[in-house]
Amino acid sequence: MSGLLGFAVTFASLCFALAMLFATARLFKGPAAQDRVLALDVLYMNGMLLLLVLGIRSMSAAYFDMALLIALFGFVGTIALAKFLLRGEVIEP
Amino acid sequence: MSELPAWAAVPAAILLVVGSLLAVIGAFGLLRLPDFFMRMHPPAMGSTLGAGCVLLASILVSSAVEARPVLHALLITLFVVITAPVTAMLLARAAVHRGARRTREPG
Repeated sequence: MSGLLGFAVTFASLCFALAMLFATARLFKGPAAQDRVLALDVLYMNGMLLLLVLGIRSMSAAYFDMALLIALFGFVGTIALAKFLLRGEVIEP
Repeated sequence: MSELPAWAAVPAAILLVVGSLLAVIGAFGLLRLPDFFMRMHPPAMGSTLGAGCVLLASILVSSAVEARPVLHALLITLFVVITAPVTAMLLARAAVHRGARRTREPG
């Protein structure tokens, strides 16, 4: 991997790593619980996109499945945490 | 590993740069804005348009590598587009329920 696409892949990896760093800072800093849940949402989204960029770099399809799994479980986790903040329990009878 | 043709490499590079810039600007807004309801807005930019750009770049590169249309990244796009509003709405309702304050009143 070299040339224009190699430069773009390196730049995108650094940008997503920086975005994950910002989200982690908000995760530790956030004054209320909902700020931390929002930061976790941004963190998994950027991690998923970073995995897709790594998949472009290595040109293999294995990263795609990991990205899909991260999207699925990140959504479930965020919904469970938001529901817990809203109601005090996740699954109501 | 062979070099990609230019019709795939150049748009993929542009899409990657644009998408990652959107994501990093969104995360910076999440870090810097003063209250929760403002902080909900910037990451949505990164997780809709930014994710769309990166997934389009992924489709372009994998299609050029395998020399046939490879569209399975559309599955992630569809999933993200469906789930982002649900997450945002539940988080906003949780914040209202928990009494999050605005730093300044609208109007």
